[in-house]
Amino acid sequence: MNQTWTLTKRELRAYFDGPAAYVVLCVFLAITGWFFGNALFLQNVASLRSVFSIAPFIFLFFMPALTMASFAEERRAGTLELLLTLPIRDWQVILGKLLSVALLLLLAIALTFVYALTLAILGDLDLGGTVGGYLGLFLLGITYGAIGIWASSLTRNQIVAFILGFAIIFVLFLLDKITDFVPGQLGVIMQYLGADYHFQNLMRGVIDTRDILYYLSLTGFAFLLTTYTLAKRPE
Amino acid sequence: MIEVRNLSKSYGPVQAVRSISFQVNQGEVVGFLGPNGAGKSTTMKVMTGYLPPNEGTVLVDGMDIRENAIEVRQQIGYLPENTPLYSDMVTYDYLEFVAAMRGVQKDDRAERIAEMTNACGLQEVLSKRVDALSKGFRQRVGLAQAMIHNPPILILDEPTSGLDPNQIVEIRELIRTIGKKRTVVLSTHILPEVQASCDRVIIIDNGVLVADGTPEELQANLSAGEHVSITLMDNEEDVAGVLGTWDMAEVVEHGTDVNGEAYFNLNSSSDIRADLFRLAVSNGWTLTGLHRRHENLEDVFRQLTGR
Repeated sequence: MNQTWTLTKRELRAYFDGPAAYVVLCVFLAITGWFFGNALFLQNVASLRSVFSIAPFIFLFFMPALTMASFAEERRAGTLELLLTLPIRDWQVILGKLLSVALLLLLAIALTFVYALTLAILGDLDLGGTVGGYLGLFLLGITYGAIGIWASSLTRNQIVAFILGFAIIFVLFLLDKITDFVPGQLGVIMQYLGADYHFQNLMRGVIDTRDILYYLSLTGFAFLLTTYTLAKRPE
Repeated sequence: MIEVRNLSKSYGPVQAVRSISFQVNQGEVVGFLGPNGAGKSTTMKVMTGYLPPNEGTVLVDGMDIRENAIEVRQQIGYLPENTPLYSDMVTYDYLEFVAAMRGVQKDDRAERIAEMTNACGLQEVLSKRVDALSKGFRQRVGLAQAMIHNPPILILDEPTSGLDPNQIVEIRELIRTIGKKRTVVLSTHILPEVQASCDRVIIIDNGVLVADGTPEELQANLSAGEHVSITLMDNEEDVAGVLGTWDMAEVVEHGTDVNGEAYFNLNSSSDIRADLFRLAVSNGWTLTGLHRRHENLEDVFRQLTGR
């Protein structure tokens, strides 16, 4: 387990040694800040709802961007061979990488606590909705991250990894928004499979295990697919 | 120490390694020879536990590379082909990362890195980023990371490829020093390298093991008898006629060289130089060259792997 953490630290350092982490954090804060300020000052709405509503859309781009290098770059540079011949299991390597993404995500989310704090000072903060929203944000982000990592393990080209990851996440993002076009029962299934639908539930302050389970199982599934891809030892 | 048993590996329809078996004993430096694409790297990738074999097994100290993957990997230091390193890291940090991943205790890491720095001559690049290093230094960092946990076994895939002649000599010397205390398997297609640093040679061609022995043994097997070359300033056909009926040696090859002189390569069972000289004198030939040829590893290699 120590080694998994060592790998996580290396990945985090790689994010912060380059521009990737700063760009992502700044742009994330700028966009959410704009939506937050817009609602607060122009529409006089003291709510985090606008922040939470835009976040899944931002993650749609950011999570594939953050994870596109994770395995694709190792494959391209050949370092994957060294990494996978170290005395650790493949799943520990994937976990190490996923953890680093999770920590970066936590940091991004933690930085938006400023908005929540502002609201708590200015007026009444809907605690349930805030906690649910933040939980949903984290679960959504980590799910997208796990999918992005899988996409990255499929290719040695970062651009391809990004587009693949984006495409998969976009389908999940879209599923619950096109239910009007499909017949009844199928619509319900599609709604349940949609990533945003569960986030909307959590954002309302209803913390339901079904929604949490949805994200966790999707993350686990993506993790499993990555293990499977790596086991085939792509060149 | 290492036992490879009936190892086969294919990439889709391409059979890279076909049922190779060999053993490497403790303390040996074994050279893996073969043309490009012969299956050297593939065999090494299986030996390090990177690729799963299709058939056969690799045992290290009696432990199976798949079943006891973690234990076996701890015994091995590996330098893959082309020396892949994290180019965004500083050399020192990189070595520390590998040491930590290899399970070197936190308190011992600085000492191990210092030892590797000395052994591989990394003093001046410790604080440089890996992507700023020259090829020679990259190679040394690659060797240092392979040895950071003091493994009894080192597997090096083409450790000197892409280096200039000075660097090749340096790395070779480094390997020789390392090899005194360890079991080393290194692959190469540079023949002098094998003669310079290996106790034993394994030649692979087209995925099949074609030779296994000390460099001397391999040469002896192939170079049975004596080989003598002569050059003369006489008519090639006339000399060929005389030599063709001479019963002491057999003409293997003859022709005219760039200087317009006739040359003959002869095989015989004993040293015939003196007899050959007297033959030339009695026939009135103008002998301009007479020397004994030694079959070297290059001849062995070409004979075994030439297609």
